[in-house]
Amino acid sequence: MKLKSLLVGLGLLAGTTMVQAEDPLKIGFVYVGPVGDLGWSYEHDMGRKGLEEYFGDKVKTTYVENVPEGADAERVITQLAKAGNDFIFTTSFGFMNPTVKAAKRFPNVTFEHATGYKQSKNLGTYTLRTYEGRYISGVTAGMMTETDTIGYIGSFPIPEVIRDINAVYMGAKSVNPDIKIKIVWANTWYDPGKETDAANALMDQGVDVLIQHTDSPAPLIAAEKRGLRGIGQASDQSKFAPEAHIFSVRDDWAPYYIKQTKAVMNGTWEPKDFWGGFQDDMLTLASINPNLPTDVRAKIDATQAMIKSGEFKPFTGPIKDNKGNLVVPEGHTLTDVELAQVSWYVEGITDEIPR
Amino acid sequence: MIRIQARTEPSALMKFVSPLLAIVLTLIFGGILFSAIGKSPVQALQVLLIAPLADSYNIGEMFVKMGPLLLCAVGLSLCYRANMWNIGAEGQLLAGALGGSAMALYFVESESIFALPITLLAGVVSGMVWAAIPTFLKLRFNSNLILTTIMFNYIALYLLIWAVHGPLRDPQGYGFPESAMFSDATLLPTIFESSRTHIGILFALLAGVVGWFILTKTHLGFQIRVFGADEPAARYAGFHGKKLSWFVMLFAGALAGLAGIGETAGPIGQLVPNVSPGYGYSAIIVAYLGRLHPIGAIIAAAFMAVLYMGGDLAQIEMGIPVAVVSMFQGVLLFFLLACDFFINNRLSFTNQATN
Repeated sequence: MKLKSLLVGLGLLAGTTMVQAEDPLKIGFVYVGPVGDLGWSYEHDMGRKGLEEYFGDKVKTTYVENVPEGADAERVITQLAKAGNDFIFTTSFGFMNPTVKAAKRFPNVTFEHATGYKQSKNLGTYTLRTYEGRYISGVTAGMMTETDTIGYIGSFPIPEVIRDINAVYMGAKSVNPDIKIKIVWANTWYDPGKETDAANALMDQGVDVLIQHTDSPAPLIAAEKRGLRGIGQASDQSKFAPEAHIFSVRDDWAPYYIKQTKAVMNGTWEPKDFWGGFQDDMLTLASINPNLPTDVRAKIDATQAMIKSGEFKPFTGPIKDNKGNLVVPEGHTLTDVELAQVSWYVEGITDEIPR
Repeated sequence: MIRIQARTEPSALMKFVSPLLAIVLTLIFGGILFSAIGKSPVQALQVLLIAPLADSYNIGEMFVKMGPLLLCAVGLSLCYRANMWNIGAEGQLLAGALGGSAMALYFVESESIFALPITLLAGVVSGMVWAAIPTFLKLRFNSNLILTTIMFNYIALYLLIWAVHGPLRDPQGYGFPESAMFSDATLLPTIFESSRTHIGILFALLAGVVGWFILTKTHLGFQIRVFGADEPAARYAGFHGKKLSWFVMLFAGALAGLAGIGETAGPIGQLVPNVSPGYGYSAIIVAYLGRLHPIGAIIAAAFMAVLYMGGDLAQIEMGIPVAVVSMFQGVLLFFLLACDFFINNRLSFTNQATN
């Protein structure tokens, strides 16, 4: 009896190891935009391709693009799980609750949700320290502006965007005490038409350097037309505005996707809330324009080096909000949990967060 | 020389043949399209049109997708029959989602059995109010209903976005634009175990039958049909155009509002910025595919639901890009509507060239 069950057990074990050796790990990706958005979803898809390149036949990836963040998301995620995917990345905030529901339904599938805050036994979260790139953008914009006015095209007033506006302003202020920031909310992540309107509205108000939290190259193109400057978002957008483009802060998801896939293959995966930045090679400065003055270029390199080495963290106190409250005490650096809840503008931003 | 001639009587034969002709044309086009991108046309068509009905989960999801389309399309069918060009089902749906969700959030701690009916009623009334304003503007000031209803779609969308960023935002949601999850007392009960199919589909089917009954079995429906076919004749017969206009618009608004709250209190379970992936606009196609007949709308809504789901499955199963899927869907709908042209028109071939 014992022997028999042992044999059966060994057989099963041999069976599973054989399956593991033969079958590739199936990995699914859910994108909110089209892979051709040249921004957020495009970079996730580049990450997927990087993953395929790294693992070759050992993985098989599938993606679904343009998935609406409503009732459809849960179906798409479920269908990816039903189709035999072992590991599923859902890459937009609006997929959070659908991913939570799917993770409950498929306990043997591993899920990772980008930019959310809910974890469970088989669901982890990951996000970027985009504020690091914003701080460098702010420093650069603060040096480049001639009108002392920089513009920010916001997508939605969520903590990530509020945090990044603060990082830009703090960066700019560190090199230019007279800096003013103007903010326009596009209420979209990707809409070239609206983004162009927002860019023009900002430039009409004296803004001469644009920073955007939306994904299309439209604001850069608008800046190029007026002979002003802009910073690219999420992917290398230099080719859309050869003169205007200062640099792009590129998201690079491949290192993370590779790392987590290894963990799933080795059985060491654990649900975590992971934040990746310059130190993790998940953020990079792409195509720094050779037409920048040498002092600006030197400052960019120096700031990036300080952030990459971990020597400098933008949200280190003392920081006051624009109502005069001390929000980060002296000597304290915001933790990831605190960073996720930033809902104030730093002192000096003469604007209100839309409620 | 080929000429288009209006038929004196709609062709009974073409009424039947037209959809078949459209399907044959689509299959030919699909064959060419999928071969051109190196995918098996047979497998592609199977995944696009048959796989969505292949198992119980998928059939359940088809009902989830079909419900809101059908609710909106039944209302629109009656509107269009009465020459009320209501393009505002999307806005009425969003208004219903917003009003109903506000009520659901009021009941977020409640376990009362009245919570759900009151929530649904709030959605219905909100949809009706949203339909009433453009109707009033048209009847009182003779404004263009097409334009005002489109404008009201945008207003509803921005109201909803404002609400999820402000008063209805989840206080524990880290500032993300989503409401709290609704209490079970305000969620639509599901019909089958481990499926998202909820009783909203029963409301939708009931609406189809009621719409059919009104249109074909009642004096009111007779008036609507006469009014749409020949307005002067209807007035001569003493029918009250205003009353009919009010009726069809409020009916459509109520159903669209129900569709909206059915989404947030159904598969989504909370108010999110992306309640609808354009159901109100797709419902216009559904209404015409169903030849402005409420029972036809049931078939058309099921068909559209299959088509949408097939699009996701084609990406998951075969890696067909969403752009190709959308092109195929667009061509299919074009053929279906274009072939209906031959019900009331015919081609006549003459030897004479007319100059």
